[in-house]
Amino acid sequence: MQSVIYKEREDQIYRKGEQPYRMACDRESLAGAVSQRACVFCGSRVVLYPIADAVHLVHGPIGCAAYTWDIRGALSSGPALHRLSFSTDLQEKDVIFGGEEKLYKALIELIDRYEPKAAFVYSTCIVGIIGDDLEAVCKRVSREKGIPVLPVQAEGFTGNKRAGYLAACKAMFRLVGTGDITGVSPLSVNILGDFNLAGEIWIIRDYFRRMGIETVANITGDGRVDDIRRAHGAALNVVQCSGSTMDLAKMMKEAYGTPVLRVSYFGIEDMAESLYSVAAFFKDQDPEMMDRTRELVREELSVLYPELQKYRKGLEGKKAAIYVGGAFKAFSLVKAFRLLGMKVVLVGSQTGTPEDYEELRQITDDGTIIVDDSNPLELSSFLKEKDVDIFVGGVKERPIAYKLGVGFCDHNHERKEPLEGFIGMLNFAKEVYTSVMSPVWRFVPRKTGRS
Amino acid sequence: MSCSTSSCDSYVSTTNACKLCKPLGACLAFRGIEGAVPFLHGSQGCATYMRRFIISHFREPMDIASSSLGEKHAIYGGEANLKQGLKNVMGKFGPRMIGVATTCLTETIGDDVPMIVRAFRREMSEEERAGEAPVLVNVSTPSYSGTHMEGFHAAVEAVVKQVACGTEASGMFHVEKDAASGETRKLNRVNLLPGFVSPADIRHLKEIFEDFQVPVIVLPDISETLDGPALEDCPKIPDGGTSMEDIKDMGRSAATIEFGRTLLNGPTAGRYLNEHSGVPHHGVGIPIGLRETDAFFSVVEEIADRVTPEKHALERGRLVDAYVDAHKYVFGKRVVVYGEEDLVVGLTAFLTEIGIKPILCASGGRSDRFKAAIEQVTAGLLDEPPIIREGADFHDISEEAEALSPDILVGHSKGYSLARKWKIPLIRVGFPIHDRFGGQRMLHVGYRGAQNLLDLIVNAIIEKKQEDSPVGYGYM
Repeated sequence: MQSVIYKEREDQIYRKGEQPYRMACDRESLAGAVSQRACVFCGSRVVLYPIADAVHLVHGPIGCAAYTWDIRGALSSGPALHRLSFSTDLQEKDVIFGGEEKLYKALIELIDRYEPKAAFVYSTCIVGIIGDDLEAVCKRVSREKGIPVLPVQAEGFTGNKRAGYLAACKAMFRLVGTGDITGVSPLSVNILGDFNLAGEIWIIRDYFRRMGIETVANITGDGRVDDIRRAHGAALNVVQCSGSTMDLAKMMKEAYGTPVLRVSYFGIEDMAESLYSVAAFFKDQDPEMMDRTRELVREELSVLYPELQKYRKGLEGKKAAIYVGGAFKAFSLVKAFRLLGMKVVLVGSQTGTPEDYEELRQITDDGTIIVDDSNPLELSSFLKEKDVDIFVGGVKERPIAYKLGVGFCDHNHERKEPLEGFIGMLNFAKEVYTSVMSPVWRFVPRKTGRS
Repeated sequence: MSCSTSSCDSYVSTTNACKLCKPLGACLAFRGIEGAVPFLHGSQGCATYMRRFIISHFREPMDIASSSLGEKHAIYGGEANLKQGLKNVMGKFGPRMIGVATTCLTETIGDDVPMIVRAFRREMSEEERAGEAPVLVNVSTPSYSGTHMEGFHAAVEAVVKQVACGTEASGMFHVEKDAASGETRKLNRVNLLPGFVSPADIRHLKEIFEDFQVPVIVLPDISETLDGPALEDCPKIPDGGTSMEDIKDMGRSAATIEFGRTLLNGPTAGRYLNEHSGVPHHGVGIPIGLRETDAFFSVVEEIADRVTPEKHALERGRLVDAYVDAHKYVFGKRVVVYGEEDLVVGLTAFLTEIGIKPILCASGGRSDRFKAAIEQVTAGLLDEPPIIREGADFHDISEEAEALSPDILVGHSKGYSLARKWKIPLIRVGFPIHDRFGGQRMLHVGYRGAQNLLDLIVNAIIEKKQEDSPVGYGYM
């Protein structure tokens, strides 16, 4: 059979133990290769989307807004403006004569209708080409309406998702430092890089509360504009995820000296380690915090472990494949599968960095395939080659697994079950178990050899 | 009232759109052609977003290649990436056709795609030409002009123009010219241009023609490509779809039947076949409900020169019987129907004839023919006509319908928040269905489709009555 791997992509695939390590990444996607990646606009939208009391207006033709309407399970405890889809729906005449006036009117209309705390205005591919001055329109509306109106420079073609993360962070950074920080506890954090999918940030906030820590701003899960404005009052930025909000943490470190801790809330090891490192950070101000944290972890684990063992019994020895957006999530997933006694045979990401892939190389077993910016042809061929039992990914990966008769676990922004925190590990095990142990696999052609 | 005319222009901003963008429709149409790979000339995000949106409905693989333009291409033009992308798709997918649709980016930077495609073909090596070189079809689909339905129809028209009635100039090198010139018309064979209906609909339509013993070419045919079986190997391009041979032969068919009342009078694929190759053209509405299906069957009867086969006559009889059984449950219920224009027209035809009262018919499309089509299919059945809105979004629909106190909503998944707010049933039809299972298997067309819709609607109304009642009736 002819190889499904493009020559240009050969150095973006590494088989551990079978060849000397080299891994190319951080490149533009190969034309025609059906990359699973999205665009700059997507990256910015992912980060800012959960800010629930802001209007998110997409300046462009209808598609960009239509495809991002209420697509994520980012929950809010109050307002839910983020679940609406706003667009200037640019038409041919706007493209010819410019869309600034339409943008202005749309903003005024939406701000009057919803009275938001702020408005984010996303530029799209076409806006970058026709040259609308987003900044000027936003300034004008901000002046007239008295709320922050923030341009998000997210023309799709100017890079991949990571460039969009930066655009989002730049927009948020304009808010930081504009709020009153009196009364903020010296034992306080901002939670960055958690989007409150299925209520996950509430789990994490509760852990911090039990440790004696105040959370100032959720960035951005269940996010509020006023909280972000006072985020510079927090003693520490706790940053999760593959750098989606790391740029903001860096800007805040530079401007306000806020220290940064990288964490992950997926899996028992990483969750516990994250809490311990936060407790260690505050050890001088609150020497007892570490003990409280240990107690918290003990409590959680005592409930969790017996339950987990039940799932582990069924799953031990099964083979898993991982393909996610950011590589950071993959680290935790590799460890989580190990805890379940499973073997990771394929791990990849859309936008990993050289450091990310080096870390993946270190934590995986020999024979594991590591891949950057993969595509359906490669992924299906890897799944088949490795005879995988479960594939972890997002919506676009799901039909690849199912068509081949392979189990699947959704670990994306649409999920409805929290996968973070100690309880999240249990949910994850249950998800995996639900798919792997289903009787349906015995009927699929992969097992019966009958199409 | 948000709109004083039939078009919703009272707001500048769009809130919760009731339409999708043009290239998405083109990709769906290309997916219904055998061995075809849909290809978007634009930035990577478009392809990925559309794949995700389509996969969530069909639960099937949906590969869309992209020329993945970056910043420098937006400045200097996307020609090199488009050519490289085509080459890469040819190299790994072995396609029989590549359907290139443009996006707002490449339309605005002014890439001349037909010219680039021609150049690509010229530059191909002898070796590549000698092999299984794919047919290349291109369609202009700027998202700032029209909805996904315009994109869908434009792609079908492009395939007809460039393949069925193709010339060298359109970028083909496989088309035999005499295929289109129609030396010998194949008596009895029919072209069916169904528009965007479900895989189950296409399967049923093919069954109808089979029962009439009329060979049919359905373009596009997503019945297998977007609703395929479990497989041992994931094929690079899903099996099924309209074959190239059939498409090239469409100019010799005895007739074309094209669905869509809002397509009347405009240039369409079916009309092009008529003008170019002299294939008689029959435009009918999407056959939803008794009358629209009758109209469709009578066209088929005429072309086939035989009466409707017993099986379908029986289905029709059972449908009328079911209309009678159901009539009291549904009479006078107030419905809001929304979605693609032609689908809404068909659904409204059906709902009206069973005694349900359409109070608002809305679409994000702006064909200018929506209102006339709704009036045609409701004529003589309604005391007062429904409010009809073109270019509507869900904010408009919500404002307009709130005061009209609807009993049910009929449309795709995106109306769910309204159904939830008003605590009324939403009968999910069309595309997308993102919050229920089996959207790709939903049957809308023919007598059988009407039966399916009737059962769904009657049961939704009964269920609502049962649930709302304190009694807990066991008979309804």
